[in-house]
Amino acid sequence: MARLRVKNAVLEQRVFLHRTAFAASIVGLLLGAILIRLVWLQVVQYDYYTALSQGNRVRIDPLPADRGIIVDRHGTVLADNTPAYQLEITRERVPDLKDSLHRLADLRLINADTLEAVYRLVRASPSFRSVPLRLSMNDEEIGRFAVRQHQFPGVEIRARLARHYPNGALGVHALGYVGALTDRDLERIDRNIYAGTSIIGKIGLEAAYEQQLRGSSGYQQLLVNAEGRSVEHAGGVAHSLDHHAPQAGNDLALAIDAKLQAVAEQALGNHRGAIIALDPRSGDVLVLASTPTFDPNLFTRGISTRDYRLLADSLDRPMFNRALRGTYPPGSTVKPFMALAGLEYGVIDPGYRRPCPGWFHLPGSTHRYRDWKKEGHGSADMREAIATSCDVYFYALADLLGIQRIHDSMTHLGFGSRSGIDIPGEQAGLMPSPAWKRKAYKRPQDRIWFPGETVIVGIGQGYLLTTPMQLAHATAIVAAKGRNFTPRLVTGIRDAATARWRKLPPVEGERVHLKDEGNWDVITEGMIMVTSSPRGTAFGAIRGTPYTVAGKTGTAQVFSIAQNAKYHEADVAERLRDHALFVAFAPAEAPQLAIAVMVENGGHGASVAAPMARAIFDAYLLGKFPTPKPMPLPPSTPQKD
Amino acid sequence: MYEDWQFSRTQRAFSSSGEWLKRFHLDSLLLTGIGLLMLYGLFVLYSAAGENVRLWQGQIVRFVLALGIMVILAQVPPQWIRRVSPALYVIGVGLLVLVAVLGDIGKGAQRWLDLGFIRFQPSELMKLAVPLTCAWWLHERPIPPSVRDLGILLLIIGVPAGLIAEQPDLGTAILVSAAGVFVVLLGGLPWRIIATSTGLLAMAVPVGWHFMHDYQRQRVMTLLDPMQDPLGAGYHIIQSQIAIGSGGVFGKGWTNGSQAQLEFLPERSTDFIFAVVGEELGLLGQALLLILYACVIGRALFMALDARDTFGRLAGGSIALTFAVYVVVNAGMVSGILPVVGVPLPLFSYGGTSAVTLLAGFGILLSIYSHRKLVR
Repeated sequence: MARLRVKNAVLEQRVFLHRTAFAASIVGLLLGAILIRLVWLQVVQYDYYTALSQGNRVRIDPLPADRGIIVDRHGTVLADNTPAYQLEITRERVPDLKDSLHRLADLRLINADTLEAVYRLVRASPSFRSVPLRLSMNDEEIGRFAVRQHQFPGVEIRARLARHYPNGALGVHALGYVGALTDRDLERIDRNIYAGTSIIGKIGLEAAYEQQLRGSSGYQQLLVNAEGRSVEHAGGVAHSLDHHAPQAGNDLALAIDAKLQAVAEQALGNHRGAIIALDPRSGDVLVLASTPTFDPNLFTRGISTRDYRLLADSLDRPMFNRALRGTYPPGSTVKPFMALAGLEYGVIDPGYRRPCPGWFHLPGSTHRYRDWKKEGHGSADMREAIATSCDVYFYALADLLGIQRIHDSMTHLGFGSRSGIDIPGEQAGLMPSPAWKRKAYKRPQDRIWFPGETVIVGIGQGYLLTTPMQLAHATAIVAAKGRNFTPRLVTGIRDAATARWRKLPPVEGERVHLKDEGNWDVITEGMIMVTSSPRGTAFGAIRGTPYTVAGKTGTAQVFSIAQNAKYHEADVAERLRDHALFVAFAPAEAPQLAIAVMVENGGHGASVAAPMARAIFDAYLLGKFPTPKPMPLPPSTPQKD
Repeated sequence: MYEDWQFSRTQRAFSSSGEWLKRFHLDSLLLTGIGLLMLYGLFVLYSAAGENVRLWQGQIVRFVLALGIMVILAQVPPQWIRRVSPALYVIGVGLLVLVAVLGDIGKGAQRWLDLGFIRFQPSELMKLAVPLTCAWWLHERPIPPSVRDLGILLLIIGVPAGLIAEQPDLGTAILVSAAGVFVVLLGGLPWRIIATSTGLLAMAVPVGWHFMHDYQRQRVMTLLDPMQDPLGAGYHIIQSQIAIGSGGVFGKGWTNGSQAQLEFLPERSTDFIFAVVGEELGLLGQALLLILYACVIGRALFMALDARDTFGRLAGGSIALTFAVYVVVNAGMVSGILPVVGVPLPLFSYGGTSAVTLLAGFGILLSIYSHRKLVR
């Protein structure tokens, strides 16, 4: 049946009604579905989405801790913190990290040479954490960046505290320095403690006492908008957010006497050398000087590659801590200790006089060991032999003792082992023995100890190598008549939480006992004669002091050029000159200070090293400071107090 | 007695105002619904716009303009509207072609014609022109429509929808097609054809996928797994769900939505304003809104039912259902059950010409509804 194709108003209306009802129910169903969805989101999943929303709006901002300050024994500040403007980057807010770093390098805001390292550092940090690109910016650099800030999303300038060494290079080899955290540091530290911090102790006290100094970072929660910018409030959304104060680091009080340290560094002048001054009654290190020095502030600002190369490649090796790491033949400074061994083993009597013809030879050998004084010293007893530094006397003594007994005796005085000072990197030197030689050499003929090798150890040559610290330590043991204090730099720690200073007791090692304690006096008398007898080698240098000095000069021959092989022709002659040494303590009757001076290629101990020791004694015991100024400060740094 | 008297007085005042409205071809129930939606919308927009008063005032100006157009259209007899429909349609398609050509020259998406004082979107015009023209076509013809009629209707719908989808503006294309299709459906399209074409449509999905723009495919993918790219394409959906979900039953309070106020929620005052409702006013606020929408849709459908002729019924029904599509598509997209398409929440989302188009539609509906008795 064909459908009639005419308009049927009634049918149409009925169809429309049905269709509308159908459509309306579909709409109703869809609205219902949406409502169910909303219930799901807002009732069932409410906690989940609330947590997400909270995470969205709150940013955790680290609050770096103030690093502990370091003061000397009189409270003079040696290391503190100053405000500095840092350039920092937050990876998650940077669209293209590589590109941003390159553009910053183009603006000379970061060093193009270090781009790769900086990139790795930023990649190694959590994406939400702000990483310093530059530790300290000057006004001009701040301006250069500020006008282009909009081109660098995620990069910003922040005021932070930077490490500052108000005295510049003074005592740098004791203090060490802090430097920028590197990606390698990040692997071994607890990042939460260092959150917001960009520096870490690299060497010296700053590294050794890192745990004490660093403190612990806090954090605050910030209300942030979608761009990550911190906002006070937005609409009715205001913050009631968490704040966790950082825990400042502990302060350190040092045994170092900054004024005395300055005297020592000034005395060393342009020489390469080292001076250690210890209090024999406690092991306190009053002076730890090694020259040349360098300005640790260079590192806290983020040292440029150029500056670093200048320091690292310098022939004079300013970053080398000669006081602890330099090993040198002690030369004649070893003689008092040899004498002590001779007395201790009873091989020699203090009153025994030995003729000195100017040379020595072993029985059955024609080889002549020469005295430094060609014509000889005539005949000398032990005290005179020390005073005049008679080589022949000590050649003979060494031969009588034999290397093993020399080794055993001197080991008690700390030779051949680290003094145990509380900063890292110390060398142990070398106290030779037949056992050592057997181990050290490969070829059988080299592994035999020859008597001739013992003879030259008697005057501090041969295999014997000591650090300036060991010489000072041994001298201090003699001064304290056997009491053996471990050298220490830190004498007190101020706990940041309680604000109380805690004094650290001196660390006393095993006392050196002699069979006859009177032998300490024999040695001391010989050493006093060095400076007071007209025949004494340091008579000229120490003459006229109101206090008594017990000392010993040393002039060590340089057999070979040191490890660093790159030498200019002109320098060779200078670098083949003898090392000048001097060890001393004063006042001899009640010693307050034991000093070791070593001047590389300085020439004679008596003329070069002894006057340096005297300058320190004068300053410390008499308060006589050399003119023009007691503390050589770099002109750029403002002087404190 | 006193109370009765007072009640009757109120009733009388109410009905007298109803009489007064009727004289201007307005319907008090529909107007109440629209008015409440607008007020509610302005209330939410104030917060969603970050208390930007100028933006808020801009919306009021738009509403006033749109209401004006609605009232004017309500006065126009429906047969006039019917007669100008095909002309409107031809002009609209012409403008769409013009926009497409200009867009080719200017490169990239081009949806507007800049008339100097106003930027005019021809696709907005089509939201009304297409259903009106479909209704016009079916007005004189018997139902169910013949195959030939269906072909012509498909053409009437397909040409502008295709042009709009090409712009590309998938949201508007959907709305325009829906408006046209509703006319056909309400006009008595046989069920078997509906079922068949639904099946064909389902099969066409892979084909459609092939023709989609990358960004459109991305949106579909994002809906299926927003966490795939939480900072990229999935960002909108994730942030809007966080906003709604963290609102809970009672919401965080007006202007207290951290997602909206701290700008984690993108397009918070436009397409995603529904999420602001959810975050700040909670499930209750959103349910209230959906109920309001349901009332307006219901009233509009009822008014269409009462229309005196085919054109009136079909056009009116389509206008009512299109309004429903706005609501469902937007709310569905914001709550994460439909892909992200650019469909605003009617009378809530800021800007655009959608408020004008919507109220113009209601104006036509009012005209259809209020002129019915003249003929009976």
